[in-house]
Amino acid sequence: MNPPDIGLFSLFFASIFTSNILLANFLGMCSFVAISKDMKSSNGLGLAVTVVLTITAAVNWIILHHVLIPLDLLYLRFIIFIIVIAAMVQILEMIIDRVSQKLYITLGIFLPLITVNCAILGVSLFVEIRDYGFTQTLVYGFGSGLGWWIAIMALSAIRKKTERTKTVPAGLQGSGLTMITIGLMAMAFIGFQGMLAVQ
Amino acid sequence: MLNPAMLIAPLSIGAIGAGLAALISVTDKIVNNYGEVTININSGKKEMTVQGGGNMLNTLAEQQIFIPSACGGRGSCGECKVKVTSDIGPTLPTELPWMSSEEIKENVRLSCQIKLKEDVELEIPDYLFYIRRYTCTVERISDLTHDIKEVSMKLPQGQSIEYKAGQYMQLEAPKYGKVKEPTQRAYSMSSAPHEPARIEFMIRLVPGGIVTTYVHEHMQEGEKIDAIGPFGEFHVRDTDAMMICVAGGSGMAPFKAIFNDMIHTGRINERDCWYFFGARTAKDLFYVDWLNELQEKYERFHFVPALSEPEETDDWDGETGLITEVLDKYLKMPELANAEKEGYLCGSPGMLDACMDVMREKNDMPDEKIYFDKFG
Repeated sequence: MNPPDIGLFSLFFASIFTSNILLANFLGMCSFVAISKDMKSSNGLGLAVTVVLTITAAVNWIILHHVLIPLDLLYLRFIIFIIVIAAMVQILEMIIDRVSQKLYITLGIFLPLITVNCAILGVSLFVEIRDYGFTQTLVYGFGSGLGWWIAIMALSAIRKKTERTKTVPAGLQGSGLTMITIGLMAMAFIGFQGMLAVQ
Repeated sequence: MLNPAMLIAPLSIGAIGAGLAALISVTDKIVNNYGEVTININSGKKEMTVQGGGNMLNTLAEQQIFIPSACGGRGSCGECKVKVTSDIGPTLPTELPWMSSEEIKENVRLSCQIKLKEDVELEIPDYLFYIRRYTCTVERISDLTHDIKEVSMKLPQGQSIEYKAGQYMQLEAPKYGKVKEPTQRAYSMSSAPHEPARIEFMIRLVPGGIVTTYVHEHMQEGEKIDAIGPFGEFHVRDTDAMMICVAGGSGMAPFKAIFNDMIHTGRINERDCWYFFGARTAKDLFYVDWLNELQEKYERFHFVPALSEPEETDDWDGETGLITEVLDKYLKMPELANAEKEGYLCGSPGMLDACMDVMREKNDMPDEKIYFDKFG
């Protein structure tokens, strides 16, 4: 185990902006496009993704370094990571149902669907590929979650604005314009990469 | 040779899976333990303490309070509505298709979709307290017409049922053939309340209908069948207004109960009653002799059968035409037109809507004086 030499603050900043999981790596797009219609749900989902990402990144790191690598079972990582993510989402779902019925209803089907949100599996796999240490994993997981959250909030705010303008041609309304918007946002975020690149 | 290394992979997946499952069930125990909750019905009329976490419909049924439900709690019939007076959160998306905006404002909820998480206060119609499940014995099955059977049932020894003439019960057909689960459907009782130890139904065969097919093709005399009830708001209001009763097919059932009840109480001599019965041909008519007899015996009772498509062999000299036309013709007669009237209708939705139009639009009967029982 040889964690890369990168400061925690840089990693945190990079995971939010320069290597934004959504806009630089294009992971977790489905719910990003679907939920961003509504700002309130986007906020809830962003929070849920952040929580699940942080927890699963940490749990998967522990399993990776204390079970899979010592037992030479690295080829099982995809299955194991997904099982862990599914279990964490289940638990989170129960807790949200209990704590806030309102949030539970707003998130609806997208809460269980976090299980198959690529961003979450992606972060666990990046952690493995880049050989992060435990603290780095925590920071990276949390940062990526925040990055996802910021990106979806930004997109849903933009969509809310564009919905109001009457100048959008009929053929571009809805997902058409959303796709173009996402492309422009991605370019803006990639612009940050000149400051700091994390690989 | 078995290589022990081969066991490592399944064992570790198994162990991790088991660990996560244990974690989930522990969380479930902690998070979903709602303890005991109190249900307060009709501001203190009935109060019960139950184990929380279950859905309201089933929990109430365990407490012997049966909210009407045709689908058995799957959220697909929209009948198990109750009014919740305490705050239990917003209406769920699974309830919305069944709710009018007024009901949402009044916090009417589908009891099968509500998980009991906290103390709750609700309002239900008083008659729901009297609803019970009776395991009846089928006494007699007889043919009324080619597609309507009359089924008479005896309540269990020593039990009796209290209801108003015109109300209905849910009959539960057991699983049979391709039908994999017991199925409930609503049928009006044709028996009168003064004989509380037996109940009677008129059941028309609906092609493809689960319960009607069971009754027509499988049910045997002597077998046991569950009936839950009584339900419904279809009963005679206690006024002196003239009763305009309209029925078709097995819609006869509540009226047989109502007329027998009026004979029993003597009310049949005290108010005018017109009974319009619509059928296609003479072979769809039944109980005509009995009704004609009533007409002769009781001065204020009038029976008007009408055939829409009499066959030549029917030798029919009564009213001919759609029941709506006949109804309209009679309602325009001065004797009926000038009287204060109440409408009572029972039959298929199409017939009912057309007859209600005749009553409301063409003959100025007020909406709130028209009572009906629509077959779903």
